[in-house]
Amino acid sequence: MPDTATFPGPGASNAAWRAFLHGLPGVDAVGLQERAARLGTRSIKESAKGFAIDTAISMIDLTTLEGADTPGRVRALCAKAAGPEPTDRSVPRAAAVCVYPDLVGTAVEALRGTGVAVASVATAFPSGRAPLEAKLVDTRAAVAAGAAEIDMVIDRGAFLAGDYLAVFEEIAAIREACGDAHLKVILETGELVTYDNIRRACWLAMLAGADFVKTSTGKVAVNATPANTLLLLLAVRDFLAATGRQVGVKAAGGIRTSKDAVKYLVLVNETVGPAWLTPRWFRLGASSLLNDLLMQRHKLRTGSYSGPDYVTVD
Amino acid sequence: MPETKPETQPGTKPETKPGTARNGKAPGKAARAAKPARAAAGEAAAPAPAAVPGPLAVLKTYKLYLGGAFPRSESGRTYAVTDHTGRWLANAPLASRKDARDAVVAARRAFPRWSGATAYLRGQILYRIAEMLQSRGEQFAAEVAAAEGVTTEEAARLVAATIDRWVWYAGWTDKITQIGGGANPVAGPYFNLSTPEPTGVVAVLAPRDSALLGLVSVLAPVLATGNTAVLVTSHPRPLPALTLAEVLATSDLPAGVVNILSGDPAELGPPLAAHQDVNALDLTGAAPDEARDLEVAAAHTLKRLHRPDPDEDWQAAPGLARLRSFLETKTVWHPKGI
Amino acid sequence: MPEPTPEPTPAPRAENPFAYSPAPQSASVAALAPSYGLFIDGEFRPAADGRVFKTVAPASEEALSEVAEAGQEDVAAAVAAARAAFPAWSALPGAERAKYLFRIARLIQERSRELAVLESLDNGKPIRESRDVDLPLVAAHFFYYAGWADKLEHAGFGPRPRPLGVAGQVIPWNFPLLMLAWKVAPALACGNTVVLKPAETTPLTALRFAEICVQAGLPRGVVNILTGDGAAGAALVAHPGVDKVAFTGSTAVGREIARTVAGSRKRLTLELGGKAANIVFEDAPVDQAVEGIVDGIFFNQGHVCCAGSRLLVQESVAEEVVAALKERMRTLRVGDPLDKNTDIGAVNSAAQLARISELAAAGEAEGAERWSPPCELPETGWWFAPTLFTHVSQAHRIAREEIFGPVLSVLTFRTPEEAVAKANNTPYGLSAGIWTEKGSRILWMADRLRAGVVWANTFNKFDPTSPFGGYQESGYGREGGRHGLEAYLNA
Repeated sequence: MPDTATFPGPGASNAAWRAFLHGLPGVDAVGLQERAARLGTRSIKESAKGFAIDTAISMIDLTTLEGADTPGRVRALCAKAAGPEPTDRSVPRAAAVCVYPDLVGTAVEALRGTGVAVASVATAFPSGRAPLEAKLVDTRAAVAAGAAEIDMVIDRGAFLAGDYLAVFEEIAAIREACGDAHLKVILETGELVTYDNIRRACWLAMLAGADFVKTSTGKVAVNATPANTLLLLLAVRDFLAATGRQVGVKAAGGIRTSKDAVKYLVLVNETVGPAWLTPRWFRLGASSLLNDLLMQRHKLRTGSYSGPDYVTVD
Repeated sequence: MPETKPETQPGTKPETKPGTARNGKAPGKAARAAKPARAAAGEAAAPAPAAVPGPLAVLKTYKLYLGGAFPRSESGRTYAVTDHTGRWLANAPLASRKDARDAVVAARRAFPRWSGATAYLRGQILYRIAEMLQSRGEQFAAEVAAAEGVTTEEAARLVAATIDRWVWYAGWTDKITQIGGGANPVAGPYFNLSTPEPTGVVAVLAPRDSALLGLVSVLAPVLATGNTAVLVTSHPRPLPALTLAEVLATSDLPAGVVNILSGDPAELGPPLAAHQDVNALDLTGAAPDEARDLEVAAAHTLKRLHRPDPDEDWQAAPGLARLRSFLETKTVWHPKGI
Repeated sequence: MPEPTPEPTPAPRAENPFAYSPAPQSASVAALAPSYGLFIDGEFRPAADGRVFKTVAPASEEALSEVAEAGQEDVAAAVAAARAAFPAWSALPGAERAKYLFRIARLIQERSRELAVLESLDNGKPIRESRDVDLPLVAAHFFYYAGWADKLEHAGFGPRPRPLGVAGQVIPWNFPLLMLAWKVAPALACGNTVVLKPAETTPLTALRFAEICVQAGLPRGVVNILTGDGAAGAALVAHPGVDKVAFTGSTAVGREIARTVAGSRKRLTLELGGKAANIVFEDAPVDQAVEGIVDGIFFNQGHVCCAGSRLLVQESVAEEVVAALKERMRTLRVGDPLDKNTDIGAVNSAAQLARISELAAAGEAEGAERWSPPCELPETGWWFAPTLFTHVSQAHRIAREEIFGPVLSVLTFRTPEEAVAKANNTPYGLSAGIWTEKGSRILWMADRLRAGVVWANTFNKFDPTSPFGGYQESGYGREGGRHGLEAYLNA
């Protein structure tokens, strides 16, 4: 078993962090994108498609993160997550419903007994620009209200300023505040810009105790892409090999069609393999994706195309 | 190449005296000592009447030019060189297959340094050769006149053209890369650049007739592009080439970059064409009936061939064909990404 | 720095619930005819002596079609047709020639799926490659050279460059239509006429191309296609009516052709074999390097003259890279070329399979360690599992001879100098790969590698604008780009 003490940890200097993170293998952007694009040409048909669609549904963190969110809206979403297709009980339920902290209670109540988890964003989502104390309060409130999963954002400013220790310590502190709740660490890859940065931030998050690493908030111009998700998958693969600890990956933002979702599952399948092909280890953060998956599922089962009037709008 | 700084003062090293570079070996054949001296360079080397008074001139011994030194043929053979009327001029070394082999070794050894030198430095050294040619203009004119049977005036014009030719090629060293290479707009996120590079060791069969202008017209492009050369002189007219060796030896050209063998192309061509460490072959001086066999031999290692234009006019502007003949194109790709 | 060492992931891959269902591309779009004639002087006709041969699908060993087998008489007829067409074609204004080539490029784009399927059927290569690599490049090549036809005086080969005459072109079976494009497009753009002989085992797309020439309204005799075996190729190369010979194929045959044209005025360009080094430094972008290694050797079943068949990996990361490579190789999908998810298709012929098998056996016999991922090969057809040899030394046959199959030899090095020395230690010199994040080292290496194409942090990339061709025994001349015109001009 690899010795985790060989990695920097709490109290390590920024110089030590820098030496470690910048010593990770570089990422060639073109090569990474090309690999992701090529995997995107896989042709997933018939039973494989059926498996992929149902698996994708079961991996969805059905998300609503709007200023206009209301208890009613959240309850509707919860109903959809627990039974995506009212007339067809064979449709799997979604993995979780993801809301702002103040609506966690509503979601917990609506989902009791459904097996659908409640996830809450925290730490001054989406910008992360708040004092650590506020972020901790944010997190504890969500956990106390019953959130089983916390989606935190990293301090991209600190990361880009080279203050890796601050990023590490903040994640570690939130991890502690989560208690039994799972911690998903949002890297906001669109703001880290380079793949080298993304890999480094990913390692920082994993070493700080992330249960999941997550691409994006969905609130910036570039969210999940096949390439940045592939990169996270390679990082969790390497982390497992190095530490023996498996970390999950969540691709969030911009995944709207079944075709896209299947491509993400292909990425998982051909890089980290079946060990990640469950909602326990891979999630899709999305909202409109679910209906497209349901329509495709209908097509696959009946041979005829469905339409938006035949799936529920929530 | 350790030294890449442009040589701003070429030619400052002491001139190597032809004939002294071979470790104090015995002078030329006794028979030659009996021959009368060539008085002045302009007067060709016609045997003078025995009755001429005055001190006996020192007669020049023509040597091969091999790895920067001036050895005799390892075979010990020489042959008589005459002028166009059949008068004896000198004995030239009759190079052997082993000399050819040694020349290839020397050229190969010199290749990394010469090909790795900056184009600027190569240009300066080649220009220096032109300076040296100029300073020996009269000697070359006399040799050309004797060899080709042209008038003194015509010979002088040929020498002037030769110097111009050399200067022209000297200027190409740092330009051919831009003319022959460049960026390629590939349809993807890649930097893509093609660069011409020297082929390697080029065996050159110098033209039979044009003993100086033709010689320089085939040799200079090989050097300008960064190759090293094993040159077989015109068999009947080797003396300007052997004198050129003396120019090369005093022009900061690294040893082995040019190796000059006088002898019979029919004897030296086949081993050079078949030699596995020769990359290219210039067939200009090959007799038409021998060229085919040389090509067949060269095919074994897929040597690059320069086939002569049978009507090649040495006085005409040469164009780029000979520069292109001994260049490889290397294309480098690299992704562009952040 | 403690690098994370990728070990095989502990998850079992055998019980994968996400096993892909077959995704076959329909073969019917290839619209095969039962028999095909030679394309001479604008018409399809049987061989003068009536001989035919069968072309076989490597994936099934089933005959696809019967094809005319050109003999001496047919070669003479085709050369005569090309000769007759030459004056008018070469006198045509460049802009007019360009329009024919643009038409051809567009027709290829229109019919690209049909051509891709046909290519995969006849060659055995995966449809993913014929569809996504070969055919787009074929169309792009014609499009690129079309634009040159009326700009030749600006190409740097003198103010009035002239075509050479009749080009006799002999191409291999690994990229049948792409090699046709590399040969035909620049030849026609420069005003030459063409007699082309496709490889014996892959004649079909060239014949389909002949149909495209007809659709494009190309004047008769400008392009002639002769199907047949090596004898037909030899006859074409030797024919006195040919002014220019262009060949892509093995070094042995290239050498023979160079001997054949010796003493003639025929111009010759050769694109021959290779034994490329793919050099991976310890600071390489490892994941992309692994992809590049896989692409380098398993692309097109390794039937690639510029394949990165020698992996030179820095000793300090050799174990890590080989482990990652093996993991990656486990995910390669070998099988039906027409399945859209196939990564590695069939070996083109029984003869080639025998050659690969023999060299792989030699590798084992010489003491190298052989490894292949578990993979089920189909029962009919010619197949070879992706194969890795470790503990290979420079002296081993598998490190020196071109295998032309999905077989990678792994060697190690300690310093950049050693990498260059080992990479250059071959009579070939077609391509090389460099993987390092250090830019100055890339340029230092690129200067020293004796290879016509150097891919740094990428591999097996091709483009019509980018010259391609080798040093030393990998042949001479360049194809692609402005450089590619030289072979077809009296420069």
